[in-house]
Amino acid sequence: MSATPLLQIARLTKSFGSNQVLKSVDLDVTAGEVVTVIGPSGGGKTTLLRCVNFLEAYDGGSIKIDGREVGYVDNAGGRKRGEVDLAAMRAETGMVFQSFNLFPHLTAEQNVMLGLQRVRKKPLKEAQEIARHWLDRVGLAHKTKSLPYELSGGQQQRVGIARAVAMDPKILLLDEITSALDPELVNEVLDVVRKLATDGMTMLIVTHEIAFARDASHRIIFMTDGSVSAHGKPDELMAQVASNERLRNFLSRFSAATH
Amino acid sequence: MGYQLSFNQIWRNFDKLTNGVILSLELAVIAILIGALIGLALAVIYVSSGRVVRAIISSYVEFIRNVPLLLLVYLAFYGLPTVVNLAYDASTSFIATLSLYAGAYLVEVFRSGLEAVPKGLLDAGKAMGLTPWQRLLYVRLPTMTRITLPALSNTFISLFKDTSIASVIAVPELTWGAQWINNRTFRIVEVYAVTTVMYLVTGYAILFGLRLLERRFRVER
Ligand SMILES: Nc1ncnc2c1ncn2[C@@H]1O[C@H](COP(=O)(O)OP(=O)(O)O)[C@@H](O)[C@H]1O
Ligand SMILES: [Mg+2]
Repeated sequence: MSATPLLQIARLTKSFGSNQVLKSVDLDVTAGEVVTVIGPSGGGKTTLLRCVNFLEAYDGGSIKIDGREVGYVDNAGGRKRGEVDLAAMRAETGMVFQSFNLFPHLTAEQNVMLGLQRVRKKPLKEAQEIARHWLDRVGLAHKTKSLPYELSGGQQQRVGIARAVAMDPKILLLDEITSALDPELVNEVLDVVRKLATDGMTMLIVTHEIAFARDASHRIIFMTDGSVSAHGKPDELMAQVASNERLRNFLSRFSAATH
Repeated sequence: MGYQLSFNQIWRNFDKLTNGVILSLELAVIAILIGALIGLALAVIYVSSGRVVRAIISSYVEFIRNVPLLLLVYLAFYGLPTVVNLAYDASTSFIATLSLYAGAYLVEVFRSGLEAVPKGLLDAGKAMGLTPWQRLLYVRLPTMTRITLPALSNTFISLFKDTSIASVIAVPELTWGAQWINNRTFRIVEVYAVTTVMYLVTGYAILFGLRLLERRFRVER
């Protein structure tokens, strides 16, 4: 299994004004792989994810999905793709947000159906079937007609996941999807992600749930100050704790969670 | 002795007032509809344009806002036809004026509504692959109704009252009806008392209806 990676990120750089947030990041994700990004906040994890679906335009390096450059016609900093082309590219990646970002005027089912109808051009009936299927998969078959404000945080986030997965994306981007949740609601959301991993969904996950990262991912990336400071399979990464002081300091804050 | 109140003459000519209030409502409804189209279109153009276009839209808004409506009505009805060769009746002229007037106020309402839509929702729309038009249609416009509906209601009430200005160019709306009765009966207190009550009752009825509508469309967050 050494086909070309689904997602190829090479020498990626990104600045906000004079603040260089990403300093030459390299990262590949193969189809079916679950890769988790951990690291202190402000390290550029969210920005990295937002570059992958071009919610942020990057300045240098390259991001390729299935061999196609994301956002730019040729290379970073050059001519951007047109809006319709950008939209079509973004439809190939799914994103789940820390703050859920459900459309407040639409029911759970309609939130999932919107992309299916407007982007995938599915007829109403089919869109509804797909939406119900995925809401059922995330344990919300009884909440299809609820508006977001009628749902708990954990339920809203599961709708958020259903909305992204229903589009059948090549890769799913999850940005600290449990950080805004009360502790007792975290597991119902992580369980959904574990199930997706088992089903072979390709995922790039930013999380502070270290225990989850260790047991659910194939590889872990440790990011600090805009670059990859350590990476490897979960046990490989843990083996670097002795030699990598920043990793040690970072993980020591989670020791309660990891044991 | 003293002034003896007598409403007989008013009731005898009451159809002038009922027809008037209906016309006032019609004028206000047409103006808010056309005004909302103008306001929404210009607001969408405003938020997605550069400095020059923004300046043009702003000068329209500023002009309308800083010239008294009465003057605008005179300008449109007496001034315009002498400059350009255009014939229209008083009602048409007034509707055009009031619509442009409403449009200027509603540009601001819609612009702040569009800008108040949380960025996270637009990101969600982008991330799922909606095009800019689709994001406007399915995300921005529906989520901003909650923010703009109260201001729309208030604008509509104002417009309803502003229709009284049409009386100066003899559009037979409510205030014109009152003047008509007064000129023939000299029952000035009675006719304006009844007219005031009619403005108040109609205004409150509209407000009540619109508040119900707002509640129906409110989206909790
Ligand atoms: N839209 C933005 N404009 C300016 N600075 C930003 C923006 N987004 C993020 N940053 C900055 O980029 C840095 C990295 O942020 P972020 O990617 O959110 O890190 P993380 O997700 O790892 O906490 C921070 O210093 C943050 O202030
Ligand atoms: Mg972040």
